[in-house]
Amino acid sequence: MASGLPLLSLVIWVPIIGGLLVLAVAKSGNNNAVRWLSLLVAAFTFVLSIPLFSGFDTTMYQMQFVEKLAWIPAFNINYHLGVDGISMPLILLTTFATVLVIVAGWEVIQYKTAQYMACFLIMEGMMIGVFSSLDAILFYVFWEGMLIPMFLVIGVWGGANRVYAAVKFFLYTFLGSVFLLIALIYLYFQADSFSLLDFHDVQLGLTAQIFIFLAFLVAFAVKVPMWPVHTWLPDAHVEAPTGGSVILAAIMLKLGAYGFIRFMLPITPDASSELDWLVITLSLIAVVYIGLVALAQEDMKKLIAYSSISHMGFVTLGFFIIFTIVERSGNISGAAMGIEGALVQMISHGFISGALFLCVGVMYDRMHSRNISDYGGVVNTMPWFAAFMVLFAMANAGLPGTSGFVGEFMVILAAFKANFWYAFLAALTLILGAAYTLWMVKRVIFGEVANDNVAQLKDINTREASMLGVLAVIVILLGVWPDPLVEVMHSSVDHLIEQVMVSKL
Amino acid sequence: MNFEYTDLMPALPEIFVLTMACVVLLVDLFLSDDNRIISYLLAQATLLGAALLTVSLHSAGTQMAFSNMFISDSMSDVLKIFIYLVTAVVFLYSREYLRERKLFCGEFFVLGLFAVLGMMIMVSANSMLMIYLGLETMSLCLYAMVALNRDSEHASEAAMKYFILGAIASGMLLYGMSMIYGATGSLDLSAIAMFVQQAQGDNNLVLIFGLTFIIVGLAFKLGAVPFHMWLPDVYHGAPTAVTLFIGTAPKIAAFAMVIRLLVDGLSGLHVEWQDMLIILSVLSIAVGNVVAIAQKNIKRMLAYSTISHIGFLLLGVLTGTMEGNSAAMFYVLVYTIMSLGGFGMIILLSRNGFEADKVDDFRGLNERSPWFAFIMLILMFSMAGVPPTAGFYAKLSVLRAVVDIGMVWLAVVAVIFSVIGAFYYLRVVKVMYFDRTDDKTPLQSPFDMNAVMSVNGLSVLALGIYPSALMALCTTVMT
Repeated sequence: MASGLPLLSLVIWVPIIGGLLVLAVAKSGNNNAVRWLSLLVAAFTFVLSIPLFSGFDTTMYQMQFVEKLAWIPAFNINYHLGVDGISMPLILLTTFATVLVIVAGWEVIQYKTAQYMACFLIMEGMMIGVFSSLDAILFYVFWEGMLIPMFLVIGVWGGANRVYAAVKFFLYTFLGSVFLLIALIYLYFQADSFSLLDFHDVQLGLTAQIFIFLAFLVAFAVKVPMWPVHTWLPDAHVEAPTGGSVILAAIMLKLGAYGFIRFMLPITPDASSELDWLVITLSLIAVVYIGLVALAQEDMKKLIAYSSISHMGFVTLGFFIIFTIVERSGNISGAAMGIEGALVQMISHGFISGALFLCVGVMYDRMHSRNISDYGGVVNTMPWFAAFMVLFAMANAGLPGTSGFVGEFMVILAAFKANFWYAFLAALTLILGAAYTLWMVKRVIFGEVANDNVAQLKDINTREASMLGVLAVIVILLGVWPDPLVEVMHSSVDHLIEQVMVSKL
Repeated sequence: MNFEYTDLMPALPEIFVLTMACVVLLVDLFLSDDNRIISYLLAQATLLGAALLTVSLHSAGTQMAFSNMFISDSMSDVLKIFIYLVTAVVFLYSREYLRERKLFCGEFFVLGLFAVLGMMIMVSANSMLMIYLGLETMSLCLYAMVALNRDSEHASEAAMKYFILGAIASGMLLYGMSMIYGATGSLDLSAIAMFVQQAQGDNNLVLIFGLTFIIVGLAFKLGAVPFHMWLPDVYHGAPTAVTLFIGTAPKIAAFAMVIRLLVDGLSGLHVEWQDMLIILSVLSIAVGNVVAIAQKNIKRMLAYSTISHIGFLLLGVLTGTMEGNSAAMFYVLVYTIMSLGGFGMIILLSRNGFEADKVDDFRGLNERSPWFAFIMLILMFSMAGVPPTAGFYAKLSVLRAVVDIGMVWLAVVAVIFSVIGAFYYLRVVKVMYFDRTDDKTPLQSPFDMNAVMSVNGLSVLALGIYPSALMALCTTVMT
């Protein structure tokens, strides 16, 4: 380890304590102090997370930056943290997205600013906790704890139907997670420890594996979300304030996918192999059917929400085609491409969907409407904004040269090795994605100025331009040069596949 | 029978509480209304003194007194200390509430102290007779306390219901005890335990018959479904200060009673009572959580929530393992702290002529007092069992014990209903945070109450971040 600092603990606790500090400052009633302090905390956390990347040893698959302390000795629960090539990029994504969200809420959030900022900072710490926990109970505590601030964010600062959306969000994810808890307790009695690494090694019979698999599936599928348990997402997205949508799309959805790869594949490999058709079917339904649903949306946020579900279908598809690939060709590297493609897709979707929600937020702040029909010809009044929006839309549609292309392309290539029809159906997304995104752009951005409100729009200010600018650079950079990202994952993914291919029976 | 001075030593805290309760009763006669605070202070001093006595008399081993009728062990000491603590907080929360409603009288504290005495006897009982005496001492005081506000129709009705159903429950319990006495020839729990162990395999129909009545009696007192009908009415009808008391300290004593009777006395019949407890706990968790959703009155809602928590408590006990018992003890202690906070918040929000007992009375609390909205938020999420709060670990340890004996299905049923239960806790958070209010009245509550309330709420959070110490304590005293 490069430095002696407990980096992961710092990245988790600095934002949480910072969030409490923000609440304390709120007493003074000085909203500017609150904003700057929040930004400072978020930026500091981001800086703290950079050594995780620069000090990361890409040649090893073992957990790095490991910390381990006894926490609840009676149950053999430890405060056990560590990252590998799969979780580390997601932590960086989280710290980065939180900075964006703080900036995005700058002037927009006037009601209870401090509580808003504190919610996001505390949520940041908890999400990083999820990505870095190596103890199942610690994982679960962060996994569930995170629901509380998100519930408040949607419910307090959300739109008209916010109460419904917030409660639905909470209950859906809570219902999914309690099965996870039972599965974890069951695994504890098999492995005699709550350590994830011990879970990975524990031998399980097929019946037990299938039950655990199903429990995991319920928990993680709700979070991803997969069809048919996706219905909370459009509601939550539509009602959440911009920042909430960004965090939901950029990070929370990734938590579900992360669960698939950290829990499901390595702990229940035989059940996963046995039931991979189930996940693949659900993923393809998400890609195709939800893509069609997105086409029919009138509300921009809803459209992007459905597009997110469809894109996350790619991620789960990439995870679960590996069994067919290895079976048909015995080719580990083909399987690795599927998983790496899915992981790249996760990161890239984090940036792109975040950016699109910010774009909608920018327009909403001016017009207080998310309806596509209220817009038209925005390019005439907001040329800079239109340029950004078009770029992100293209990236969402998977245009080569943007990060959206890389992940999708890798997954489709891998899918070809598995089964032609998987690849065929998955590739439909290139058409559907282009259709719903570009059609939205056409109706919102281009054409004649639709009404007086659009005519009076002001182009983006420096704050907004800087947020979108940074995101644009990243999206293009990852699109033309994804190597550093893929390299970080490589050893961990190879190890994962080796692990998964060993039967536990 | 020769009494020796040392025989009395283990029971010194009980003797002290009894003496002081009588002193408070007498002193109160000579106090004018302006000086009533002296009764309050004396009551608090009694609890403090009893706590000091219990701590100083604590020894690692088990001590018996009064011909083995009275037992003092680690479990009784820990539970008693929690009873003092909880009662002291109850008195503190109640003080201004009672004063504003002209109920600030010595009787409240005297009856409270006698109830505490009853609980202490229940906790330390090693004979069925002692359990019964302790239970009746406690119950009679509680009946009277419910009727403290005698001009209120609700309260009188609640008191009558409580009294009649409580009397039936006592009757059931006593009948069961007499059966067991008939079969075993002893009231002493250790002797009964020995007899039951040896009688295994023999025709123990009478024992099981007696056991059934005992379980019914316990279920009545705990408020487990289908013997729960009195609980919501009593919680609703009693003055909030009394609800606060009934909903907290007696639960600890009831838990001790369950452990003494079923685990210490009748563990030989574990297979039989396990099945009965499974039915009681599943029904309690289901009915408690589902019916709570329909409640508009927060006291009633918390009453149904109590029923579901009792179900979880029984889940821990029914495992019959050490882990299960210590999980149940952890659960009851955590539950008591949460319940103290929950009812305490109602008192905090109430003011003269205004009972904040509707869920809607919490509307917009985040605007009136962000701090106490936050405390209530922690309490509600803790009751729902969401980490990082103490309630999560309580559920976790109970579920762990249940999965350990191979009853995964039972754990699944329990968690499904706790998701349903999450809905009504969320509703309280919803009205506090999501709804706006025109009522900008600042909260008027005395400084000491604010401070203790904050500590109460934060302790739920602190136990959620570091539950290890309390868990270890429960494990130690149960083994």
